[in-house]
Amino acid sequence: MAEIIQDIQEQEYLINMGPQHPSTHGVLRLVLSLRGETVLSVQPHCGYIHRGIEKMCERLTYQQIIHLTDRLDYLSAHINNHAVCMLVENALGVELPERVKYIRTIMDELARIASHQLWWCSFGMDLGALTAFFYGLRDREPILDIFEESTGGRLIQSYYTPGGLMKDIHPGFQKRVKDFIKMFRKKINEYDQLLSGNVIMTQRTQGIGILTEEEAISFGVTGPSGRGSGFECDIRKHHPYSLYNKVEFKEILRTEGDSFARYSVRMDEMRESLNIIEQLIDNIPAGDFSVKMKPVIKLPEGEYYQRVEAARGEFGVFISSKGEKYPYRVKLRSPNFSNLSALHSIAHGQKIADLVAIGASLDYVIPDIDR
Amino acid sequence: MRGLINYFSGMFNGIISLVKGMGVTGKYFFTSPVTIVTQQYPENRKTLEMFDAFKGEVTMPHNENNEHKCTACNICQINCPNGSIEVVSKDVVNEEGKKKKELDKHHYNIGMCSFCGLCIKTCPSNALAWGQEFEHAMFTRNKFVKTLNNEGSKLIQKKGVE
Repeated sequence: MAEIIQDIQEQEYLINMGPQHPSTHGVLRLVLSLRGETVLSVQPHCGYIHRGIEKMCERLTYQQIIHLTDRLDYLSAHINNHAVCMLVENALGVELPERVKYIRTIMDELARIASHQLWWCSFGMDLGALTAFFYGLRDREPILDIFEESTGGRLIQSYYTPGGLMKDIHPGFQKRVKDFIKMFRKKINEYDQLLSGNVIMTQRTQGIGILTEEEAISFGVTGPSGRGSGFECDIRKHHPYSLYNKVEFKEILRTEGDSFARYSVRMDEMRESLNIIEQLIDNIPAGDFSVKMKPVIKLPEGEYYQRVEAARGEFGVFISSKGEKYPYRVKLRSPNFSNLSALHSIAHGQKIADLVAIGASLDYVIPDIDR
Repeated sequence: MRGLINYFSGMFNGIISLVKGMGVTGKYFFTSPVTIVTQQYPENRKTLEMFDAFKGEVTMPHNENNEHKCTACNICQINCPNGSIEVVSKDVVNEEGKKKKELDKHHYNIGMCSFCGLCIKTCPSNALAWGQEFEHAMFTRNKFVKTLNNEGSKLIQKKGVE
């Protein structure tokens, strides 16, 4: 009997976490190799909701591609749209009106806040704090209302189009955004009070799931997860697009590299996003909301790449064009796929319960991984 | 000895952090919520109003004479990325003996629609618009195919041409 017990303690065994596990936030299957409760290796198996979006794009015009990029990382739908629109505009040399740039920057930042709020909800929920989930969703509702009033969609908006916007913003947009900023500045301090200092939360995240800067760079972990390891990768700061060179904001960096560092980067990013919106919201200039484009857009022959800072990291679009109305090849560089690749080196040697916290701190969205 | 102090100070700090968090929840427990976010959805159906821009479904507005603006030009069908629109046109011979294309049926399959709004944006005669209806659940799939133009509807005649 004692031999059997010793055998079990020394043996590795495999366990499937997912595809229907609530903590993987979607259909992601992690094959874990365990010894006791210690994780020896994590193998992510992707492809459960692979839809072949890159291939579908080869039979769609440039205006039609936009609505598919919504469905990658659905929490930063505006930002994904922005990448494709900017690529087409830069390739054709279209100069956008200032109004479009202002609205796009504000919408991007609102999307970033909404995404981080949902991340905060699910982070709390994964660690067992269900109150956080309700409070976060409650405060996310005003942003969804702002989106719905101006764009018509709550989660997936398809608001940007090459050359501008689908329609103009609602007249009450500015007031709603200002009300939201005023409200959320108070609420975010509540978040800190409720979860950031909580003893259970700090003990389950501090010093756990460490990703070093070298690893972050070699795996291409970008966004808040990379910046939690001290990797300076904010595209808004280093390769500014739209209006990001006109506004003042800090690039949030933490050097600890643990789950708590990734957590606090996101919390501070929400505050920075509020600052960015505050600088822009009063100065939206009057003018057209879109440029007149040709009904059939044909990119000149060549290869184009455009990247933006999505809520989870660097989102890049590569389009190879043969001069036709359809792109010849589309490659989407999604941030979550690279972030997931680092999961093994973050989680091995940790306990299986901490894997849930690590996964929550990486904040992956599965449709973005599988595409 | 130091371990013992750490043990108790850790416990004490932990309790303080819990009390801080419970302060937030307690505040909401004893004060009535300022903004009520939750909507009593099935009960408030009669008073529920969506925003004007809300993308519920594609509709074709008709005026009081049962006239629409669609000229059956097929641009919405070409621009739809999912093939959810099918424009069926018929040739009508008018009084002068000229053949003219006219809209027969505008089929719209909401089950295949991804609400990108390209049909509405590209329509040259503004014949389509967003509707605010959002309760689309059906028992059979073929009920998702809707005919947008009304029975016996006609193209709106432009005034002031002569």
